[in-house]
Amino acid sequence: MASTFTRVLSRKKTVGILSLVGAGSLMTGYLINKDKVHASAQSSRRRYPASAEYPDLRKHNNCMASHLTPAIYAELIDKATPNGFTLDQCIQTGVDNPGHPFIKTVGMVAGDEESYQVFAELFNPVIKERHNGYDPQIMRHPTDLDASKIRSGVFDERYVLSSRVRTGRSIRGLALPPACTRAERREVERVVADALSGLKEDLLGRYYSLTEMTEKEQQQLIDDHFLFDKPVSPLLTCSGMARDWPDARGIWHNNEKTFLVWVNEEDHTRVISMEKGGNMKRVFERFCKGLKEVERLIKEKGWEFMWNERLGYVLTCPSNLGTGLRAGVHISLPRLSKDPRFPKILDNLRLQKRGTGGVDTAAVGSTFDISNLDRLGKSEVELVQTVIDGVNYLVECEKRLEKGQDIKIPPPLSQIK
Amino acid sequence: MPFGNTHNQLKMNYSAAQEYPDLSKHNNHMAKVLTEELYAQLREKATPSGFTLDDVIQTGIDNPGHPFIMTVGCVAGDEETYEVFKELLDPVIEDRHGGYKPSDKHKTDLNPDHLKGGDDLDPDYVLSSRVRTGRSIRGFCLPPHCSRGERRAVEDLAVEGLGSLDGDLKGKYYALKNMTDEEQQQLIDDHFLFDKPVSPLLLASGMARDWPDARGIWHNDNKTFLVWVNEEDHLRVISMQKGGNMKEVFNRFCTGLTKIESLFKDKGHEFMWNEHLGYVLTCPSNLGTGLRAGVHVKLPCVSKHEKFGEILKRLRLQKRGTGGVDTAAVGGVFDISNADRLGFSEVDLVQMVVDGVKLLVEMEKRLEKGQSIDDLMPAQK
Repeated sequence: MASTFTRVLSRKKTVGILSLVGAGSLMTGYLINKDKVHASAQSSRRRYPASAEYPDLRKHNNCMASHLTPAIYAELIDKATPNGFTLDQCIQTGVDNPGHPFIKTVGMVAGDEESYQVFAELFNPVIKERHNGYDPQIMRHPTDLDASKIRSGVFDERYVLSSRVRTGRSIRGLALPPACTRAERREVERVVADALSGLKEDLLGRYYSLTEMTEKEQQQLIDDHFLFDKPVSPLLTCSGMARDWPDARGIWHNNEKTFLVWVNEEDHTRVISMEKGGNMKRVFERFCKGLKEVERLIKEKGWEFMWNERLGYVLTCPSNLGTGLRAGVHISLPRLSKDPRFPKILDNLRLQKRGTGGVDTAAVGSTFDISNLDRLGKSEVELVQTVIDGVNYLVECEKRLEKGQDIKIPPPLSQIK
Repeated sequence: MPFGNTHNQLKMNYSAAQEYPDLSKHNNHMAKVLTEELYAQLREKATPSGFTLDDVIQTGIDNPGHPFIMTVGCVAGDEETYEVFKELLDPVIEDRHGGYKPSDKHKTDLNPDHLKGGDDLDPDYVLSSRVRTGRSIRGFCLPPHCSRGERRAVEDLAVEGLGSLDGDLKGKYYALKNMTDEEQQQLIDDHFLFDKPVSPLLLASGMARDWPDARGIWHNDNKTFLVWVNEEDHLRVISMQKGGNMKEVFNRFCTGLTKIESLFKDKGHEFMWNEHLGYVLTCPSNLGTGLRAGVHVKLPCVSKHEKFGEILKRLRLQKRGTGGVDTAAVGGVFDISNADRLGFSEVDLVQMVVDGVKLLVEMEKRLEKGQSIDDLMPAQK
């Protein structure tokens, strides 16, 4: 049976224990109950030494494979989080997906908040590599959702077609998508849908559960580009987050269709603020307002988001730690995109380009999705300001090229190193 | 699938009603049997190696099924699964295997001398003959549940055992992860190479984890006896050759299997077997003999006959396309094999195929000449 500590974790009253900052208290809590919670290999399971279980990573190119030495594997293999999540479960997706010579994937996921502490020996170097040297052991992540600090932020709509900000939030005390049971997932849905039903005014909206949606509702959500599908990418399915689909999955959006929440897709929640045109400032204002409102509403019922000052907001994939924020625009840059300096300009502005279908798509015509590269180590306000300043610069370049004037590569923005 | 909190006791913090899967849109054997009451009764249990009810049924939850094809929707993680979760698996087995009861005994007969005929199927019609089955090594977890260490141990045992085969069974092992491009191409050309599974039915059970680690193909130099290691089962054993000499194929099959079994026993290992379920494999559909004996046969006329389906049913045979399960027939050439696996011995099943295919070829020849086949209609076996 689940230990007292484990049982306590799944009730909202426990949030007091877990919100203690730092790895120390969580590790203590874990160690007290070490005897009660074992990795899946227990009782009469055939046991092999760590060396016989160590995965063959010789053809792999992902962050997990870069850092999982046999020594670290042996050190962590018998551990489990208080929920019973093990190292093998964290790394399965990285073992099953060797990666790509050009794209370095992360290769591991968290099953719960405690994964980042219990398996810190592996997560920390992976986080450091993925987030430009951010060291969770010594650094602190700034959270700032005060949209009034944003300067400028209304783009020229001859170039910027739409603006969007997204992030994710996890409900403390409930396991993450790779690990959760059906009941936990349904509890996440209940807590979130309940909170969202308390939103008012321009945020007033409705929840559409994937299991109950009518064909008409489904078609409308597809036409609005809101509907998410069962994941097909093996990066995701190998982690176990698509189990029991479509049970307890759904989409909430406000009547104005400018604020959208995905429930139980890759994270407990994904929160999206968007609109046509170039008013990124307003998009971010709504984003912050909506997030704070949802947080207030869940707190009323005794729940809170997973957050700590080392890692910021805790999400399933280490790549989304910190702010979990991607702020971006769809922008038309016919001349600049053909200039050979375009990649370097983006790089120095700490921006990345994608096709307008999202990650892994190609640009259509000369319309791009431009967004921030960074997630952890900089606050929401800082990252959105970076995008605003960067996009303004790109528009300036495009205008200059239109007039036959020359452009300059901007100096590189400071990174965490 | 050994994922997350369904694999341990944490789910006991929630009631059975809260955890019970939504099977309202499902059409598979598991969904037909697993009521909320049964779920409540079994959910706290685990086999000695830690395989839980939720692990057994995950593939059935994730794959609701098809209105026309009834899939099984559950898998075993070890030999004990069939005992610990028998309240679920016995009814599934009964439904899938034509009324096979929990008290029934399964007959194993791998003596090829008991087969009558089978060496004279007309090669103008019967293009190739094949017999396959699976074997699990007792004491090791099955593909949905095994760790990397266990899977590698199974591979080591298989390679060692197969390495001792001699005579016309002498051959070579090709590990999937060490294969050269040239070896890979040859195995593809020989139609031997198996791919990483793509079917969600298989992926959702967890048997494709760590691919291609500890997976491989062994075949004899003559390319008539083939063993797959760690694909959907520990071992899949295949005997095949061109033409219609099913007797020779079955001879080699039995000889090979018996030799492999004794080589394993020499090293202190045996196959998972019991007198109720016969040979124990990952999917309940492959229990008993795990045997599929089949031919590729040209039946352009018979296959268009209105009673084709009925004839096959009476003969206890099934048709597939020549690409295997889920494929369509090309050019009137069908894969015809036994429909049963459990409750009949290996000899029984191959006999049904031999007799049935002989009859079908006779019917084909009649129809070619424009003659009737009414007098040839078989009784229900």
